[in-house]
Amino acid sequence: MDELFAQAWTVARKDLLLEFRTRTAIVSTVVFTALVLTVFNFGRDPTAVPTIDLAPTILWVTFTFAAMLALNRAFQLELENQALEGLLVSPLNRTSLYWGKLIANLVFVAVVEAVGLPLFVLFFDVPVGRVLVPLIGVIALATLGFVAVGTLFSALVIRTRFAELLLVVILLPFLVPPLIGAVQITAQLLGGRPLSEAVGYFKLLAAYDIVFVSLASFLFRFTVDE
Amino acid sequence: MTLAQKGRRITVLALVCLAAVYVRALAFTPVERLQGPAQKIFYLHVPAALWTEAAMILVGLAGIFYLFLKDPRLDRFAEASAEVGTVFATIVLTTGPIWGKPIWGTWWTWDARLTSTLFLFFLYVGYLLVRGAVRDPGLRARYAAVLGICGMCLVPFIHLSVFLFRTLHPQPIILKPSAPSLPGSMLATWLFSLAAFTLLYVGFVTQRYAVSLTRDAQRGERTGRA
Repeated sequence: MDELFAQAWTVARKDLLLEFRTRTAIVSTVVFTALVLTVFNFGRDPTAVPTIDLAPTILWVTFTFAAMLALNRAFQLELENQALEGLLVSPLNRTSLYWGKLIANLVFVAVVEAVGLPLFVLFFDVPVGRVLVPLIGVIALATLGFVAVGTLFSALVIRTRFAELLLVVILLPFLVPPLIGAVQITAQLLGGRPLSEAVGYFKLLAAYDIVFVSLASFLFRFTVDE
Repeated sequence: MTLAQKGRRITVLALVCLAAVYVRALAFTPVERLQGPAQKIFYLHVPAALWTEAAMILVGLAGIFYLFLKDPRLDRFAEASAEVGTVFATIVLTTGPIWGKPIWGTWWTWDARLTSTLFLFFLYVGYLLVRGAVRDPGLRARYAAVLGICGMCLVPFIHLSVFLFRTLHPQPIILKPSAPSLPGSMLATWLFSLAAFTLLYVGFVTQRYAVSLTRDAQRGERTGRA
């Protein structure tokens, strides 16, 4: 088990090191997130729709787009110089490889969200002070679900034609259950409703995470082996 | 008799049964008091909906067995079942609004059941797109199996997440914990229709399977070798 985690950490460290040395992908994704948030500002009639009603939508559509952008690069990165073949011939457990990629993607998306959330609060003047802890909890749970499925699918599509397009098409139906849960909880939190009302959706998010992290850990080997 | 001919005969038989279902539904089954003649679409809509979901589950099961047995027949079956499921989903999504317009006064509403069927339809389309985007037959079968298994696991989540919403859709009257609450003559018609749809599914899948068989034989592919 320790071996499994050690290997996963090696993969994650490699990816993150690569990311933070070049910084192109992360900076582009952060800028993209900021741009989507500004587009939302002009995509609504401020006199007709109060921001607070639209806030959960803005937050989650932005995060979904940002996550998909991040996931596209997860395995695309390995296509250059046949790096994926290198990873596969190394004495690396397939599950560790998946977990390593998952951790790297989670850190990547978390960084983007860490910039996106304050920008969202700033741009739309949403009062999040009181509900910050549960809000971060929801973001973490939903992000784990998104990224777990997305990492598996990004490995699945890299050897297909139109990989970027295909990933979005197959991933979005899978993002619907966590998205519904996350948007509902966010709306209740921002609307000042008690946390107990959102318990059903929290359970949904947790169940989704458990099922899809385990399923993806198991199925991953079938997507990369030759 | 070849497989394609068998499939054609079953399909013709199923279509004759379906015509008989409608003769029975229109002439010999009582008209529902509140909904009037619009309720007749129920005999088409509900069996198609059941088979839409069943077909996805069969795709997933075929996927699980494929990953272990590597039998190309399972992959051909999954492909056939997914295409037939797409057709059934289309039937559900067209008959639903036709009923909805006179009863609800709107063609489409973001209701729980409608949304879940729509996403099932997208799931099918994504699955078929992935199949179309991979050239190597062994790889295609493996990717399709992984996606099919994930799709099967997603079905309960879509159900769960949308059931937490309020719904306009009639509550289940046949598949519910207590006894079916509709008159015997209506139930008989419905069961007859379900049998017709089951035959239709079998007939379509058999024909579609025969097409894949011919295609594989023509290409002389070594199918199923990973």
